[in-house]
Amino acid sequence: MTELTEMQSAPVPSPVMRLELVPIILFAAFAATPTLAAYSGAEGYILSLLTRVMIFGIAAMSLDLILGYGALVSFGHAAFLGIGGYAAGILASHGIEDALIQIPVVLAASAAFAFLTGAISLRTKGVYFIMITLAFGQMLFFLATSLAAYGGDDGMTLSARSLVAGWGVLKNDIAFYWMALLCLLGTYGLSRAVVASRFGRVLRGTRENTIRMQAIGFQPFRYQLVAYVLSGMMAGLAGFLLANQAEFVSPAFMTWQRSGELIFMVVLGGLGSLHGAVIGAAAFLLLEEFLPEILHAVSFFLSDDIRSRLAENWKMVFGPLLILIVLFARGGIMGLLRRGRHD
Amino acid sequence: MTKSVLELRNLRKAYGALAVTDDVSLSVHPGELHAIIGPNGAGKTTLIHQISGLLPSDSGEIIFDGEDVTRLPMHQRVRRGLARSFQITSILPGFSALENVALAVQARSGSSFRFFGHAARERALNEPAMDCLNLVDLGARAQIMAGLLSHGEKRQLELSIALATEPKLLLLDEPLAGTGQEESQRVVETLRRLKSHTTIVLIEHDMDAVFSLADRVSVLVNGRLIATDTPERIRANAEVRAAYLGEEEAV
Repeated sequence: MTELTEMQSAPVPSPVMRLELVPIILFAAFAATPTLAAYSGAEGYILSLLTRVMIFGIAAMSLDLILGYGALVSFGHAAFLGIGGYAAGILASHGIEDALIQIPVVLAASAAFAFLTGAISLRTKGVYFIMITLAFGQMLFFLATSLAAYGGDDGMTLSARSLVAGWGVLKNDIAFYWMALLCLLGTYGLSRAVVASRFGRVLRGTRENTIRMQAIGFQPFRYQLVAYVLSGMMAGLAGFLLANQAEFVSPAFMTWQRSGELIFMVVLGGLGSLHGAVIGAAAFLLLEEFLPEILHAVSFFLSDDIRSRLAENWKMVFGPLLILIVLFARGGIMGLLRRGRHD
Repeated sequence: MTKSVLELRNLRKAYGALAVTDDVSLSVHPGELHAIIGPNGAGKTTLIHQISGLLPSDSGEIIFDGEDVTRLPMHQRVRRGLARSFQITSILPGFSALENVALAVQARSGSSFRFFGHAARERALNEPAMDCLNLVDLGARAQIMAGLLSHGEKRQLELSIALATEPKLLLLDEPLAGTGQEESQRVVETLRRLKSHTTIVLIEHDMDAVFSLADRVSVLVNGRLIATDTPERIRANAEVRAAYLGEEEAV
């Protein structure tokens, strides 16, 4: 008994402290990138790739907030990317191009959609929750394809990136990179605070045992709904950034495959650590980007014909690879890091 | 007679043709430990579920502290001071013992819609929680992950969580279930201590525990209450012996 007490109480704080290194290194790497990229000769490419990584990092992290901490498997999270993107695009097409107006509208629209759909879907559990969030996501997807005035199926091009108080600073890719990083840091800090707060503790408790939480006097639904709204707003912000980066928004922002990818990023990085989701998003997007070349390089012993075909059909390797990671690295990449540190 | 803390009036619950709770009327006096005993399948746990609000009742009334709570959901009954434990241990296994109790304190102290501030470091929550843990002798185990506690300790923890909601009435569903000899001794000691803090309705199979703890005993057979009386008179009651105690002797 006493042995167990000592084992449990003594080493617990130190791995937690050491694990905090992971987000610090992660964000330091993001912060150092613009400087390093300048020497690489492919500055534009690297910046745009990492901006995308950070934007999806925000989206995946927002999903981790409800999936990792609330065990709510939302299969329609890409809908919020679409809401953010379309809100920016539609406002811009009516001449409202300032981010100081666009972002509040994006957040309000995402919150409203999350509140309405959450109030309905959170009355269901398990697979029904997955299906109903999927259905709401698809609903929005088809709505977007039918918006003829705003490009319909083809999507719409934004005339330019959003202004900041009338200032066109975001046209500069480096400035836009910093803006994305700032948003990532802001949402990360907010999420970390929320998770540790009273509210977050109720959310985490509900994930573990809903009946127990009711038996001590909580109504889990209200907390889950607020978490869902918060998460939707963050994902909406990611959608706003995504549309701005590409200067384009289309229904493809919110396909159910995209929702699935977001879940994959969270699981890949490791559920319930927030920065794990960012790492998962990075791993997913970078693999997607570089796997063809990696395959080509690794298969040097094969004939040229097979090599090029392998590189061409890289998705045949990508899928099984992701499955293997999820199967054998329980806890995702964060789980691997944790295990590595214990040895 | 003093006003009762809990009063059940003609409470019913049926699954199809099977009446699980059949016209149960009962009143629990302030400060007493009221045990409900009965053979397996008598409907004891169903009755607790109905009182706590986990299951709706078909008809009848549940009056708690002078208020009709028959239609209230569980979390609202808890806020009015009706706490319960579960037959199958129900805790938050990934939280420390202290946090399990602190959450119960949090539920009754101020809004939980606070998004900033480290909840695990709030002294206003941790100190009362620590008091509740000490009351069940778990103070030394406060920082242990609840899922790693022994079975007996988990039962103790559940009692502590229920206490932390500051109940006027504590519904305990077989707190000794699955505990070993030594552990059950400790839980019985804890229950004896809790008696002085609050009114308790206890469902229990362990007859030694029931007769040593209870002020009054009700006997439930096939969903019907056949007797309510002091432990001595219940022991002597012929009908009870025939329906319940006799059954065990026959086996």
